[in-house]
Amino acid sequence: MGSKTPLYDKHIEAGARIVDFGGWDMPLHYGSQKQEHHAVRNNAGVFDVSHMTIVDLRGERVREFLRHLLANDVAKLRQAGEALYTCMLNAAGGVIDDLIVYFFGELRYRLIVNAATRDKDLAWIERCAESYGVEINERAELAMIAVQGPRARELAASGIGSEWREQALALKSFTGMEAGELFVARTGYTGEDGWEIVMPAASAAAIWDRLLAAGVEPCGLGARDTLRLEAAMNLYGSDMDESVSPLEAGLGWTVAWDPEDRNFNGRAALEQIRKNPGRRRFVGLLLEDRGVLRSHQRVVIDGADDGEITSGGYSPTMGRSIALARVAAGNCSRAKVDVRGKMLEVRIVKTPFVRNGQVRIEL
Amino acid sequence: MSELPGDLIYTSEHEWLRREDDGSVTIGITDHAQTALGDLVYVEMPETGQTLERGGDMAVVESVKAASDVLAPIAASVVAVNEELADDPEKMNVDPYGAGWIVRLRPSDGVDETEFLTPDAYQSLIDAADG
Repeated sequence: MGSKTPLYDKHIEAGARIVDFGGWDMPLHYGSQKQEHHAVRNNAGVFDVSHMTIVDLRGERVREFLRHLLANDVAKLRQAGEALYTCMLNAAGGVIDDLIVYFFGELRYRLIVNAATRDKDLAWIERCAESYGVEINERAELAMIAVQGPRARELAASGIGSEWREQALALKSFTGMEAGELFVARTGYTGEDGWEIVMPAASAAAIWDRLLAAGVEPCGLGARDTLRLEAAMNLYGSDMDESVSPLEAGLGWTVAWDPEDRNFNGRAALEQIRKNPGRRRFVGLLLEDRGVLRSHQRVVIDGADDGEITSGGYSPTMGRSIALARVAAGNCSRAKVDVRGKMLEVRIVKTPFVRNGQVRIEL
Repeated sequence: MSELPGDLIYTSEHEWLRREDDGSVTIGITDHAQTALGDLVYVEMPETGQTLERGGDMAVVESVKAASDVLAPIAASVVAVNEELADDPEKMNVDPYGAGWIVRLRPSDGVDETEFLTPDAYQSLIDAADG
């Protein structure tokens, strides 16, 4: 038996198939993963993401600390509620975790990190924070849901207190706000519009019920994975880990190189990797044959070292198989993948595959 | 609760077999299996005429989650494969004992019923697994 989120009973009530995910009993799907996937692309779905770890940081030197801890630069955050996606690196430039950091005020920030990496993340943050006098407060008492899809905000708005509703609907992408006991942010992990809502555990079931009554479909981790794969959003532990730099995981855009004197963890190692023209590239693959690409399958490009699929699967939106892969440097646009002994043809494509309900690659 | 047709025999690998009047055997996966696998998106079929060893590779069914081998429950040659699954693999989810059949085999040595599970025995097996 794993840990249970405050919404566990709601999942059972909705007929969820429960699986272990990083020590948590989480819903995989509620009947059909494909149907849940389409609900998010075409209408609205809700995910329980309460297993994710919320860490509040406070202190006089918290900004200085985060500018050292994170590869992206929190100095970009100026208005309360603004958010930034970033990697947290080790000294070798490897990714300890990817996370979202929210700016609440000069002395107050929030990090939302992955569930499976909770223990090592907290240990690392505490170790790095020692000399900064930063107060670290894990908020395990909070629940969190993601409401995603073209109609997600419209259908979820009734769950926000009327005095904050208009302001919440006006939130720009990657910003959030406090709305009474809720924290609402226009973020997500599906490639669709929507909100992520943090709330006290005691309020979670009532908000969940209200969303389902409004026509939002409950969605499990299965659909979350196919949606994020189509959107080419990285999954920690699959697409990157401590042995890989963000530059070889398609996350170069999250590294803030300027100002040059900001000495964040991993910077020196990353500068070396950046200078190496032979570093591996992170690409999207579209399977041209029938079949399904899966993680760890070998990617073969003529005249180059073999690469590897880091995330692969079936795309319900395209009805084709797609993957993210790390391959040798170069500009080749075709490759083969070893699918259980058969060499299948794939095209190397520019990601994302799907964004805001639209297929973004040529099929 | 899976519905379990009484006229089929079953394997502990969650396959079903139907003995046809012409001596061939039709094979598919059970309702319990398709539920556990989730939405099916692809099936890799053997060639018609191919000879299969008992317990050897026969087909691969792929769901949104993972790929699963479907092994040959008897020594046989392949008489027919369900071509409709190429465009509509979800037939295995929707109608696992009917339109979702996978292959039809010609047994090399007949079918020894005692080596398979009756509907009751298979039901006990999945009840035990569901605990």
